Amino acid sequence: MAEEVERKPVLEMVQADGTDGNCVTFVLHDEDHTLGNSLRYMIMKNPEVEFCGYSITHPSESKINFRIQTRGGILAIEPFRRGLTELVDVCQHVLSKFEASVKEYKAQREAEMD
Amino acid sequence: MAARGGVEEMRNRVILGEFGVRNVHTTDFPGNYPGYDDAWDQAKFEKNFRVDVIHMDENTLEFDMVGIDAAIANAFRRILLAEVPTMAVEKVFVYNNTSIVQDEILAHRLGLIPIRADPRLFEYKNQGDEEGTEIDTLQFQLKIKCSRNPHSARESSDPNELYINHKVYSKHITWVPLGNQADLFPDADLRPVHDDILIAQLRPGQEIDVLMHCVKGIGKDHAKFSPVATASYRLLPDITLLQPIEGEAAETLKKCFSPGVIEIQNIKGKKVARVANARMDTFSREIFRHDDLKNLVRLARVRDHYIFSVESTGVLPPDVLVSEAIKVLIGKCRRFLDELDSNHMD
Repeated sequence: MAEEVERKPVLEMVQADGTDGNCVTFVLHDEDHTLGNSLRYMIMKNPEVEFCGYSITHPSESKINFRIQTRGGILAIEPFRRGLTELVDVCQHVLSKFEASVKEYKAQREAEMD
Repeated sequence: MAARGGVEEMRNRVILGEFGVRNVHTTDFPGNYPGYDDAWDQAKFEKNFRVDVIHMDENTLEFDMVGIDAAIANAFRRILLAEVPTMAVEKVFVYNNTSIVQDEILAHRLGLIPIRADPRLFEYKNQGDEEGTEIDTLQFQLKIKCSRNPHSARESSDPNELYINHKVYSKHITWVPLGNQADLFPDADLRPVHDDILIAQLRPGQEIDVLMHCVKGIGKDHAKFSPVATASYRLLPDITLLQPIEGEAAETLKKCFSPGVIEIQNIKGKKVARVANARMDTFSREIFRHDDLKNLVRLARVRDHYIFSVESTGVLPPDVLVSEAIKVLIGKCRRFLDELDSNHMD
């Protein structure tokens, strides 16, 4: 459904027949626990999500099966997109706070040197 | 109420019991606890989150991240170890190697030498590209020959006196600019991070003449590309004395923990124990060997307070490495967001 023919697929969506889009398994290529677990945490924090989990199909293949099931009639792709955007927001906030803290520490050290 | 205290403890402490660890997993998801609103709220997260740099010098950084979950903290740690790119020697062209170190061993050792080159200024090399271009390859040369020292004393047996150039160090590696690299890097400070890494030992008549191509890579591909000596975190310890402990028991208690954790105060002539600085403890669990004390202390860790320790190999300063790691995670998310958007356009 979402596969590129020219280059290797990055993201695929697998849906069972008969369901109407609110439970989907995404196959994320070239990913592992790093993105899988953090994305799972962000999506689980969404109250619309009934089930969210990921598994690594085989340790020799670097891809993860990421499953989302929603309650209500929401499409599963919606919490997936929201989880990704929220994770980006978290990381940006962490980055700005970290850089501010480093700058403050360096300024404090400079003040102590003088 | 005891139950309320129990729920709070379950939500934000990891308890170290005598035979196991309890409350390990994150459970504060919406719907798990009645009466708590656990849905994601960016404003609430930003209010509770803070970063404190404890200690930073040229190669090590110790900082605290408070208010974040294990999944994201672990993602940063994994990225620091395996997905922040660096430059390292990948291809070694051996023109002459008459030393006793075999070619492949020599090439392996050269690959592990950290190279002081900012990887952000270079691109990844394309797969099929045989010749290195100036935007993705750095060229280094190691050309050294060992000879006998004509001025040495007759009976000397010290190799340092008898031979010239008998130890090959990383300081003998020289940079060979490709294309316009001489203009891009006018300060010519491209060399291994450390000058005193011993690569091989030679005797008179042996020589090594190799050309090295250095490319950009990540630790997932080969550990030589990992920019950190190590990156780790631990959770903040939380030691609570459930009852006041006095006298001899206080002295025993003090010995059960790392120095500086428990402090003995003299109140009205009696020795009373007090938790002074739980952060310094390494949780040896010595307390559980004393039956009289083990039920009077609760050993726990604060679930969302991470004490990170990042040690760089010298390629980039450790605070830059952490910033790059966070940017890598942002890049991963953006990649999937773009993929979703491009598929929806079709």
